[in-house]
Amino acid sequence: MSSEAKPDQMGYYDREKLGQVSLQPGGRDWMDVPVDMRPGSFIYPAKDKHLRYFGLPNPRQWFPGDADWKLPENWKEIILEGIRERLSKYRSFQVFMDICVRCGACADKCHFFIGGGDPKNMPVLRAELLRSIYRREFTTAGKILGRLAGGRELTVDVIKEWFYYFYQCTECRRCSVFCPYGIDTAEITMMGRELLHLLGVSVNWIMEPVANCFRTGNHLGIQPHGLRDTLDFFADDIEEATGVRVEAPLNRKGAEVLFVTPSGDFLADPGTYTCMGYMCLFHEIGLDYTFSTYASDGGNFGLFTSHEAMKRLNAKIYAEARRLGVKWILGGECGHMWRVLNQYMDTMNGPADFLQVPTSPFTGTRFEHARSTKMIHITEFTADLIKHGKLKLDPSQNDHIRVTFHDSCNPARAMGIFEEPRYILRSVCNNFHEMPENTIREKTFCCGGGAGLGTDENMEMRLRGGMPRASAVRHVHEQHGVNHLAAMCAIDRATLSTVCEYWVPEVRVTGIHELVTNALVMKGQKKREVNLRLEPLGAEAKE
Amino acid sequence: MKIVISLAAVLALFLLAWLGVGVLDLKTLFGTVLPYVALALFVGGVVYRVVRWAAVPVPFRIPTTCGQQRSLPWIKQSRLENPHTGLEAFLRMVLEVLCFRSLLRNTKAEVRPGGRLIQGSSKWLWAGALAFHWCFLVVLVRHLRFFIEPVPGCVQLVASLDGFLQVGVPAMTVTSLVLFGALLFLLLRRLVTAQVRYISLPADYFPLFLLLSIVATGLLLRHVVRTDLSAVKEVAMGLVTFSPATGEGAHWLFYAHLFFVSVLLAYFPFSKLMHMGGVFLSPTRNLAINNRAARHINPWDYPVKVHTYEEYEEEFREKLKTAGVPLEKE
Repeated sequence: MSSEAKPDQMGYYDREKLGQVSLQPGGRDWMDVPVDMRPGSFIYPAKDKHLRYFGLPNPRQWFPGDADWKLPENWKEIILEGIRERLSKYRSFQVFMDICVRCGACADKCHFFIGGGDPKNMPVLRAELLRSIYRREFTTAGKILGRLAGGRELTVDVIKEWFYYFYQCTECRRCSVFCPYGIDTAEITMMGRELLHLLGVSVNWIMEPVANCFRTGNHLGIQPHGLRDTLDFFADDIEEATGVRVEAPLNRKGAEVLFVTPSGDFLADPGTYTCMGYMCLFHEIGLDYTFSTYASDGGNFGLFTSHEAMKRLNAKIYAEARRLGVKWILGGECGHMWRVLNQYMDTMNGPADFLQVPTSPFTGTRFEHARSTKMIHITEFTADLIKHGKLKLDPSQNDHIRVTFHDSCNPARAMGIFEEPRYILRSVCNNFHEMPENTIREKTFCCGGGAGLGTDENMEMRLRGGMPRASAVRHVHEQHGVNHLAAMCAIDRATLSTVCEYWVPEVRVTGIHELVTNALVMKGQKKREVNLRLEPLGAEAKE
Repeated sequence: MKIVISLAAVLALFLLAWLGVGVLDLKTLFGTVLPYVALALFVGGVVYRVVRWAAVPVPFRIPTTCGQQRSLPWIKQSRLENPHTGLEAFLRMVLEVLCFRSLLRNTKAEVRPGGRLIQGSSKWLWAGALAFHWCFLVVLVRHLRFFIEPVPGCVQLVASLDGFLQVGVPAMTVTSLVLFGALLFLLLRRLVTAQVRYISLPADYFPLFLLLSIVATGLLLRHVVRTDLSAVKEVAMGLVTFSPATGEGAHWLFYAHLFFVSVLLAYFPFSKLMHMGGVFLSPTRNLAINNRAARHINPWDYPVKVHTYEEYEEEFREKLKTAGVPLEKE
């Protein structure tokens, strides 16, 4: 491939070479293998201004390749105290430190291990990076027997290793599905990252969005006028495609529904088309809703930082729902956003007793399963609409599309929302094909860029981590001519585009509601000749 | 090296037992004192560990969902893989604890040139683990005949069913053989599979060697040495009734067997074997997944610094105005 390409560009990596992976580790004991901090495999550190803005410790300039990371003088004490505190606050952490039997069931379940072969990316070893310190410092056997009991000394090199590998885990929880005790590497990684944050060791790809999100309400730092322009621009494109002019209200008090979506949908193709999809759908059914500039992101990179950061960024959603006086909240297609909304929001920032149980004004369906959190997923809402025949759909408008569905990690393994999106896809597309069984639903593979790893600086790891998913996509491409991969996650839509371009260039990425709207017959529409991407639509577009 | 150390440790224990009873005749020490100490450590240790785990809060409801959630009435919920109620979560745990549900999902990955991932079914670990744990339980139940007089019918029934092959006198029990085989398999797997060998610690080999030694000495006692069973029962009953007996006539190998068991008991609470208790406390498995239906309380929740709407409006007032967005304060 091109010799001018840099490690942060996919052209730098030879596909043949990258596709040669041995999953048979051997040689030196892992404790004796130093980290190979090569360009393309790690993410740049957080800029001091972002740490300062968000109020996190030890803001400074440093680089992972440096020998001196400028850690605080008492860094060891801070880490040990940090571990002690978390062991006493999270049963998950304490139990997961204690009960692993190293059966190896998780070993070949991680996309980074499968795509890269680095043994420390086996979930069990990723946990051992932390567990070995726990044994040495917090268990009697480890204190006495040291390495014989699987313990090791906490050194600066360990901190460097943690930084490297805890930012090579996308917290996708696939390993946890296979673990006989449910040991969840996401939980370990979250603790590891929290500990690193105590020393000011973090990555910019996460901290900049966190600081942005705290200030502007969204990760991308879009300010109110920017959001207005974006949505108006979407409305223009929608009008061009459909002949229908749609509205996108902002901060409108008294609306029935607050709509919250990941900010990636505002800026990054192809997520933008999904956002247009929501707007068309809401217009068509006449939903009384509003976007918010303040709660302009459901996504929450705080989840990838610390529990406290997650809570700080999430607080705005209920606060805004209360201020605007809406009845309930509807959430767009996003992965980690739904982990936060489903598993943390109510506990952290509830109770949402000022809201009502979400009820569809069109079908009368009361979403009882969300009666406490008061927030439902857009595919739950749309599937219900379709089931009740409230949408006029012409799936043949998607006939040039042969689609497969990528279950995003968090909706899959932190919600179990499998059938809703599939029901929608089958209703709006005539050609839907599943990927192999071991790569979908609860066994789905991560895109390789989740948990704040979706930048270009770690391009090698992203391409490696995306390989298992791409392999399954290629399979359905070859078997069934699949040319579109649908995903209900903003990070997926961004990162899988890269992964597919590299491994399966014939397949491109789309969102569920982009396909919904392309099949949606809207009142007063002109003859639909192009889709939301303004490309020729329907069977005539077949090559 | 890790293997050699673990094996050496178990051999040392064996020599210790031989020296202690076979040579020095310290039957009281090996037959009474050590078993009591071990049992005290086991009970005290297990209780301590479990109580300590249970004392740590579960701030968030974070189960791993492995099936369809409960949402719309016409979508079939996967009740065992995504339990919504306490009962469903209990049943999920039953499957996990009794049938090793999660291990049953196991696959084996292989990467072919060009980044082609092949994943095959891999049930061997599940089968081996299940065989080991269940047979171990049956063998334990069979041993109750030494500790209870008269021997309960159910224990006798288990023993006679176990000997259905009717090979040898006394009859060879199926579970002992399977137990030994399963342990050998688990050990071999650890030695042969590159991934598992790479992650293994002495703490993984040691319990396997110890358990193998327990089963091996047990089999030898029953089928080769044919020790005086009434003497064995005398010792066992003595332990249960707190009237220690020396068990004259019991072969020294019996004391080695008992010593291995004592070591296992004493070692148990301080080792990975505590997964037996921990599995019940794993928050990714044992909670009902009704996250959006019922609020979960974090006992140590604390207020955090947030960016309020008022502060936000203050900062972006002009921009909000320009964009025609309604304001709280004009």
